[in-house]
Amino acid sequence: MAVIDATGRPPAASGAVPRPVRSRSPLDHLVPTGREEAWRFTPLRRLRGLPSGPDADGTVSVSVQAPTGVAVEQLDPADPRVGRVLTPADRVAAFALARATDVTAVTIPAEAALTEPVVIRLHGESPRTGAGAAGSGVAYGHVIVEIGPFASGTVVLDHTGSATYAGNVEVYVGHGASLTVVSVQDWDADAVHLGAHAYSVGRDAKLRSFTVTLGGELVRLNPTVEYRGPGGDAELNGVFFTDAGQHQEHRLLVTHEARSCRSRVTYKGALRGESAHAVWIGDVVIGADAVDTDTYELNRNLVLTDGARADSVPNLEILTGEVVGAGHASATGRFDDEALFYLQSRGIPPAEARRLVVHGFFAEVIDRIEVPDLRERIMTAVSARLGELPADA
Amino acid sequence: MTTAVSTLEIRNLHVSVDTEEGPREILRGVDLTVRKGETHAIMGPNGSGKSTLSYSIAGHPKYNVTDGSITLDGEDVLAMGVDTRARAGIFLAMQYPVEIPGVSVSNFLRSSATAVRGEAPKLRTWVKEVKAAMTALEMDPAFAERGVNEGFSGGEKKRHEILQMALLKPKIAVLDETDSGLDVDALRIVSGGVEAVRAQGETGILLITHYTRILRYIKPEFVHVMAGGRIVDEGGPELAAVLEDSGYDRYVKGDGAAVPVAKAGAVS
Repeated sequence: MAVIDATGRPPAASGAVPRPVRSRSPLDHLVPTGREEAWRFTPLRRLRGLPSGPDADGTVSVSVQAPTGVAVEQLDPADPRVGRVLTPADRVAAFALARATDVTAVTIPAEAALTEPVVIRLHGESPRTGAGAAGSGVAYGHVIVEIGPFASGTVVLDHTGSATYAGNVEVYVGHGASLTVVSVQDWDADAVHLGAHAYSVGRDAKLRSFTVTLGGELVRLNPTVEYRGPGGDAELNGVFFTDAGQHQEHRLLVTHEARSCRSRVTYKGALRGESAHAVWIGDVVIGADAVDTDTYELNRNLVLTDGARADSVPNLEILTGEVVGAGHASATGRFDDEALFYLQSRGIPPAEARRLVVHGFFAEVIDRIEVPDLRERIMTAVSARLGELPADA
Repeated sequence: MTTAVSTLEIRNLHVSVDTEEGPREILRGVDLTVRKGETHAIMGPNGSGKSTLSYSIAGHPKYNVTDGSITLDGEDVLAMGVDTRARAGIFLAMQYPVEIPGVSVSNFLRSSATAVRGEAPKLRTWVKEVKAAMTALEMDPAFAERGVNEGFSGGEKKRHEILQMALLKPKIAVLDETDSGLDVDALRIVSGGVEAVRAQGETGILLITHYTRILRYIKPEFVHVMAGGRIVDEGGPELAAVLEDSGYDRYVKGDGAAVPVAKAGAVS
């Protein structure tokens, strides 16, 4: 039995991955109470009522910048392409699917090789405070990305502004295609964003995704991956910087049912300030027929100050012994004092030493984003936060 | 502007570390003077306080100086932070250099040189300078793109330490067991790097070692023997030869307390 558990727990104790109800109908999902596995880390009172599906009274505008050849459409919510990849696993995602009147679909045709990224800008125009504040700013959204067989390209989802937003994203990767998806949550400080990001990976297809969460008061994302055939390869990378008062939650589920597929999950987060709360849940299921699976998931958190809290829970459920590899690792720690001493002993002042260590920590993930100006923007945003670090952190 | 001489003076240095049983004194009154251009070897058995001395000079927070002084050209080193000491001209080549994942060697070297020199080195000349220093240490150029000490072999780590010394041109360089874990080839290369810095005559070197092996490549003018947290014997190169034959036994008695046996010659 090639069962590997990097936490050292016996596989039995790593437990079964919870199987929530999956349905398009909101009423099939219970109202969360906070006792459910899926909601136990989420501050429900800060969701502004999203689990009860309030009417939209806010706006998240969507604009798409796409290279020639890429089709950009507004779909009717009844279009059969809606819900092809995503079957909601919670009430908020189901309400978002039911209430989103605007469905934006981006289609990269078969065998296209994009040299420029598709950029989908989602801008919240409903701040809760200050000029223009009105109501609770609730908005629903739905984005579909499809890349045809043997095509390659990059799609950026750029979330800015402010709203109380429940937005689903469905990504359909054609057979043999290669797709990079970067979702940036660079919201203003008062935004709430809940989203199900569902990826379906075709036979011999490659998906690289980057989830970068920087802003917002509360962000809770559920990336899920399924494979439609053997040979699929999914890399789910994540970076988050959780500041005082922010709640950032990433709950991932990778389901291996097809044989010979690979998945790599790498999430890195930094936290600082009072009541900064980051949650990372990494669920991986390897079904009985998913022989030759190769999976590894990793979460590292760097706690920069007192008062911040990181919850990190990897779950691996393996129903076949014939895997190439299945492991996970999770670690939350503070600055490595010896690394800081080493840098300072070379004349580098303490604040710059900390900046270098944090840059290095994130670089492993951020450097792999092959969109130069976006990569710069993310590193700059991280640097700006570090510039405010107290000297004794 | 020229500085006539750079002098590190250590006087009556007492250093303790915190343990579960309370503070434990490791250095019990160390006196030592190292001047620019001089090479001193500090030798001694395990646990004699050699590494504590080197970390105390560099300012590692784990070591508490309870008495005595360290000055560099009259400036109070103990009042300086770790980075200030480095900028004042103190360099410690570490026995166990730590990994800093994701920070490239080239970025690190440039940040360090910028800090120590007080301005960013001109890119053109800097690239050449680094390349020349790496070539002298027989380092592959690809090395510069790796993460600092990430996955380095023992020999690579030590070469990287000496590379930094060559680029930062310190007034005083403390080499903490730089010879440990090196095979003969690596020892030859690393020693060559130290010799090159020494030949410029601008750096005082404090070579801390357990073994006499490295002294075949780097010839110190002064040899000090440390035991029980003190310097118990001092002499010229001939003292190293004595140690090669007889070891440290005569300096260590039962409980590890130091017993000076012979003063092998006055050291100024």
